[in-house]
Amino acid sequence: MSIELKKVTKKFGDIEAVKDVSFSVEDGELMALLGPSGGGKTTVLRMIAGLETPTKGDIFIGGRRVNDVPVQQRNIGFVFQNYALFKTMSVFDNVAFGLKIKGWSRAERRKRVEELLELFDLTGLESRYPHQLSGGQRQRVAIARALAPKPRVLLLDEPFGAVDAKIRQDLREWLVRLHSELNVTTIFVTHDQEEAMEVSRRIAIFSRGILEQVGTPRDVYEQPCNEFVARFVGVLNVLETEVRGGVARAGELEFPAHGLSEGQRMRIGFRPYAVQVSSDPTQYRYNAVLRHTFFLGVMLRLELELPSGLTVRARISKEEYQMLGLQDGQLVSFQIKQYRVLAQEGAALQPEVALTYEPPPNYGADI
Amino acid sequence: MRRLLIAIALAFSAVFLLLPLVNVFAQALSRGWAYYVDSLAHPDSLAAIRLTLLTSLICVPLNVLFGIAAAWAIAKFDFSGKSLLITLIDLPFSVSPVVAGLMLVVLFGAQGFLGAWLREHDIKVIFAVPGIVIATLFVTFPFVARELIPLMQAIGSEQEQAALTLGASGWQTFWHVTLPSVKWGLLYGVILCNARAMGEFGAVSVVSGHITGLTDTMPLRVEKLYNEYNAAAAFAVASLLALLALVTLAIKTMLEWKTRRELALAQTIGSVAPVEQPEKFDSNASNTP
Repeated sequence: MSIELKKVTKKFGDIEAVKDVSFSVEDGELMALLGPSGGGKTTVLRMIAGLETPTKGDIFIGGRRVNDVPVQQRNIGFVFQNYALFKTMSVFDNVAFGLKIKGWSRAERRKRVEELLELFDLTGLESRYPHQLSGGQRQRVAIARALAPKPRVLLLDEPFGAVDAKIRQDLREWLVRLHSELNVTTIFVTHDQEEAMEVSRRIAIFSRGILEQVGTPRDVYEQPCNEFVARFVGVLNVLETEVRGGVARAGELEFPAHGLSEGQRMRIGFRPYAVQVSSDPTQYRYNAVLRHTFFLGVMLRLELELPSGLTVRARISKEEYQMLGLQDGQLVSFQIKQYRVLAQEGAALQPEVALTYEPPPNYGADI
Repeated sequence: MRRLLIAIALAFSAVFLLLPLVNVFAQALSRGWAYYVDSLAHPDSLAAIRLTLLTSLICVPLNVLFGIAAAWAIAKFDFSGKSLLITLIDLPFSVSPVVAGLMLVVLFGAQGFLGAWLREHDIKVIFAVPGIVIATLFVTFPFVARELIPLMQAIGSEQEQAALTLGASGWQTFWHVTLPSVKWGLLYGVILCNARAMGEFGAVSVVSGHITGLTDTMPLRVEKLYNEYNAAAAFAVASLLALLALVTLAIKTMLEWKTRRELALAQTIGSVAPVEQPEKFDSNASNTP
């Protein structure tokens, strides 16, 4: 079922938790609502479920306006952050609850529950109680329970928040597989950008109740619409520059002035992948000391310290790292291939500016 | 030092708790078994037992209803006047039972606020069974609610919301989710409430009028027999109340254990609500003469 929000606002007293939010989710899509806590994403999810009522605006599920449809009749599956399993019921009764309410016969219930327990790798745990399960098992029971009555939409609130890192990784992959098997429209809330990037096809980014951007993981990473998104999704080097001698400077680093006059300030951002590093101190324009190397699986993050004390983060692949033979404490040279003028928070971003060549010491403002 | 302290505690309990209890039974049987049975089978004693049972049969269910409703409202919703309601629930604990009884006399008595109206409609409250029931209701008011409030707060409302998303109505959610998760705490409250309802003396004494065979409850009957120098009969009726106290104590101990488990369970998994330790109120309030 498709979901659409049109100019939805939610106030709690005087506080606007969600401000004028509009977006849509297509039938069968897997979408993430991403943002820092207090961003309004959980409120949006709860409004779709019917656990909260919008103050203004309309919500459509499958093309039908559901503002006045009570939660019981929306036919959604909701997975709570802490799972909210029924503690006085066994795993079987938890999963069967929705079916019992909907009046399925005993035999039908048994068949459906067994089918789900098998799908969720929970067979044999039917008679256990929630407190006798591991975190990952509880989470799977919660999802099985939500899916049992065959909902049109599956909503998950921070589904991986309460399990440890190793299981979280497994669960992410499992959720992607599950979604492609069941093909039910799925929305999940997370504050973890990595999780949102990995699991979903599209991401909606929220901050302070405002929908900042909706797009594919690649869109929001490469084409962030503002500084908040750029900083929230992935790592970003941010520099405060000041125009002196016709060039915007921050420590040793120089950027075109972009039409600014002497003494004016400008904020510049660039991704770690836009920093090209060489072990030859003379190859690129800037020199720095490699302070730390962080191993992030196949990729590595380098922390480069310039003589002025400025720190720049770079990202390279494992192969590149080995090829260059880098070591902590070593003198390296680097250049910045692309950067953005961030100007100030909230303002629209200018397109990325490429600096793939060695810039002359004094180039014009127009590049 | 430790042994000395333990010895003091044990000696104290023996003298002030165990000895009186043993004495109740000893006195009750002091004129033999036949007299004991006769005392209890006396029509006035039987009437007192019936009235006590009737009072508690009315008061306990009403307080269960009220207790659940109040605890539900306090634990699940935010509303203005919430702290006032919590304070009001505790009021019967801080008011002397005699004062509580007098308040009812002022309200329902012949010269009271509602006295004239009640007389017109030929309704007797004071010096009649309704007065006894109302007085008992008042003093037992807090027991169930006080037990359930911390428990329901600890459990939070996520499980109930989960039931709603699965299609359950409000009532279905209450029966299948809310009630089972607080059942031991509820039973605990019921047991305490019942003990107090059967044992209450002060408030009931003020409103009852002590009409033998009509408005005497068991505690009042005990006092009356004692004042008539019929100690053996007084203690015979008292022994029933003492027995009730012992049974209550046993069930209470068992339920306390179950309730603690219930609360621990509420805290271990999936509760986001701030968790408070239940305030165990003074259980000595469940009195026996």
